Amino acid sequence: MTMIFGVPLAVFMGQLLLGLINGAFYALLSLGLAVIFGLLKIVNFAHGAQYMLGAFVALLGSRYLGLDYWLALLLVPLVVGGFGMLIERLLLRRIAHLDHLYGLLLTFGLALIFEGALINLFGVSGASYPIPEALQGGVNLGFMFLPIYRGWVLVAALAVCLFTWFMIERTRLGAYLRAGTENPALMQAFGVNVPLLITLTYGFGVALAAFAGVLAAPLYPVSPTMGSSLLIVVFAVVVIGGMGSILGAVLTGLAMGLIEGLTKVYYPEAANTVIFLVMILVLLLRPAGLFGKEA
Amino acid sequence: MTLTKKCLASSIALATALAAGGAQAEISDDAVRIGYLADMSGTYRDLAGPGGLAALEMAVEDFGGSVNGTPIEVFSADDRNSADVGANTVREWVDQRNVDMVAGMVASSVTIAVTQVLEQYDKLGLVSGSAASSITNEHCTPNHIHWVYDTYPLANGTARAVVDQGGSDWFMLTADYAFGHALEGDVEKVVTENGGSIVGRVRHPFPTSDFSSYILQAQGSGAQIVGLANAGADTVNAINTASQFGLTQSGQQLAGLLVFLNDVHAMGLDATQGLLLTTGWYWNMDDQAREWSERYYERVGRMPTMVQAGIYSSTMHYLNAVEATGSDDTATVREHMMSQPIHDFFARNGHIRADGRMVHDMYLAQVKTPEQSEGEWDLYHILATIPANQAYRPLAESQCDLVQN
Repeated sequence: MTMIFGVPLAVFMGQLLLGLINGAFYALLSLGLAVIFGLLKIVNFAHGAQYMLGAFVALLGSRYLGLDYWLALLLVPLVVGGFGMLIERLLLRRIAHLDHLYGLLLTFGLALIFEGALINLFGVSGASYPIPEALQGGVNLGFMFLPIYRGWVLVAALAVCLFTWFMIERTRLGAYLRAGTENPALMQAFGVNVPLLITLTYGFGVALAAFAGVLAAPLYPVSPTMGSSLLIVVFAVVVIGGMGSILGAVLTGLAMGLIEGLTKVYYPEAANTVIFLVMILVLLLRPAGLFGKEA
Repeated sequence: MTLTKKCLASSIALATALAAGGAQAEISDDAVRIGYLADMSGTYRDLAGPGGLAALEMAVEDFGGSVNGTPIEVFSADDRNSADVGANTVREWVDQRNVDMVAGMVASSVTIAVTQVLEQYDKLGLVSGSAASSITNEHCTPNHIHWVYDTYPLANGTARAVVDQGGSDWFMLTADYAFGHALEGDVEKVVTENGGSIVGRVRHPFPTSDFSSYILQAQGSGAQIVGLANAGADTVNAINTASQFGLTQSGQQLAGLLVFLNDVHAMGLDATQGLLLTTGWYWNMDDQAREWSERYYERVGRMPTMVQAGIYSSTMHYLNAVEATGSDDTATVREHMMSQPIHDFFARNGHIRADGRMVHDMYLAQVKTPEQSEGEWDLYHILATIPANQAYRPLAESQCDLVQN
């Protein structure tokens, strides 16, 4: 059997694919963060909690309302995104003129409140969300057994990332958004409702997190703490990619998934730290991040 | 004359001081103070956490709230699974709140740090949540007792049963910290002694949410049995991922070495049916256990885990010892606790050994199928009892300084 650094080729390929799937999650989550930071300059520490809310709303929806997975994938981001817009309208807007630090503290506080409240109600053991029937089972790829659901996660996450990039970089609405954050006063003078644009953008970023949450629900136990452990990694990804760079967030997310996947084979003890090592290296060599523009 | 007066005065003063001193040696600071330390918000919350505190409070209430007229005070803190936070909390409890006994204690790394603090300040610890057998082996102190279970009987019960059924080649999936290492070592010993072998292993960071990579490595190893030397959410995640990747369909079998009632409840019987596990206690194992558990259920709304039941049992035994000796001095109370056998709703044939290990009957259980289960919490069959004197590491093999070998 062909070996790559002492690991059979088949195992190596399998690990690359799994790394890519995890990377797609990182990409989706860091994309939301990057959109919110790039356009609104808010460091959204509630992103992990909003991802968790996405999974929870899907779970509770299926338990009490019989909401099916495909509808949840559509509706849950709308519900949680709408909730995000409320947060922007009622809280974040009031501190928009202050230093970034206030936004960071506010969203961090909100994250702790959501998490704490759900821990009190449901505990931390979590509950399982069934894999939809159409995506059950797996295919034998020759080098590994791939559960169909994981393949679907990769496809869905990449499609949404591509859609978002297209929306922001290639459409008129995206152009308004970018212009609105560059010079809000001028845009307002042209008759564009900038505050509404900001609310919608925050809502969209939150909806992306919730979408990732619904995608994750059948994979991991749905528990109130599922977001906080992921959030730190996702922030590292955003820092590596360059704060605010949309394409950077997506590519870095995928790359970090791969690097983490390989670490799990060669030195699993370091799997939780390798991304932070990369972050330190990048900050030393390119402080603005791989895809960021020097300030 | 003045000299006699002075003499008299000082002897009276001395007598008073002695009397006061004598009273102090009984119960210090006019209260028995129990600090409850556990993971109250993280991975291990549901196996001990707030439910363990409720069990402790039940014990105090059932005891009457006071010992020989001296009130019992209970306070608690979240150690957040951090050895530093745990050790500093207990230091503060000793310095500022005159704590007499610390109960709970879950993550083994926290427990080992805390028991060193307890030894330094000569206070007592009753460990109920932790698993590492090293707590009463190389890390034993004269200041703590380990109550519910440890990794030795887990390996001895589950691993032996699996090897006996023909599962001889093992792949170990181990949580990379004190508890995982201890459990892996104990399993390896049992497996090799019974003619099996460990063909591969991977140590994953604690905690881990994505196990797909490790499950793939286990599948690639060709082992018959994949042993899970982890706990709590890690075990739940590993079992779920294994079922998604068709691990059992491809002819491999999982052995969950530390599985708690709340884990099985969370995963559901579909994912866990047939799983073999070793437990120190099960709520539905007999009338006595059921009766206590139903009282607990009314209060907490969940059935108790073995750890939560053990917290009640150990606290009761402690309070009985404080009452019998009229003292809360660590050495006095510990000695009395060791002299008394333990036979209650939780422990059968229990006694505390010189190394601080409370040995009692352990049970080999199997998770029921969904068809066999008659209710939300009807989850285990008890297959066999592992007698107290066979379940735990023999004193002859002990590396504990308190044991003379």
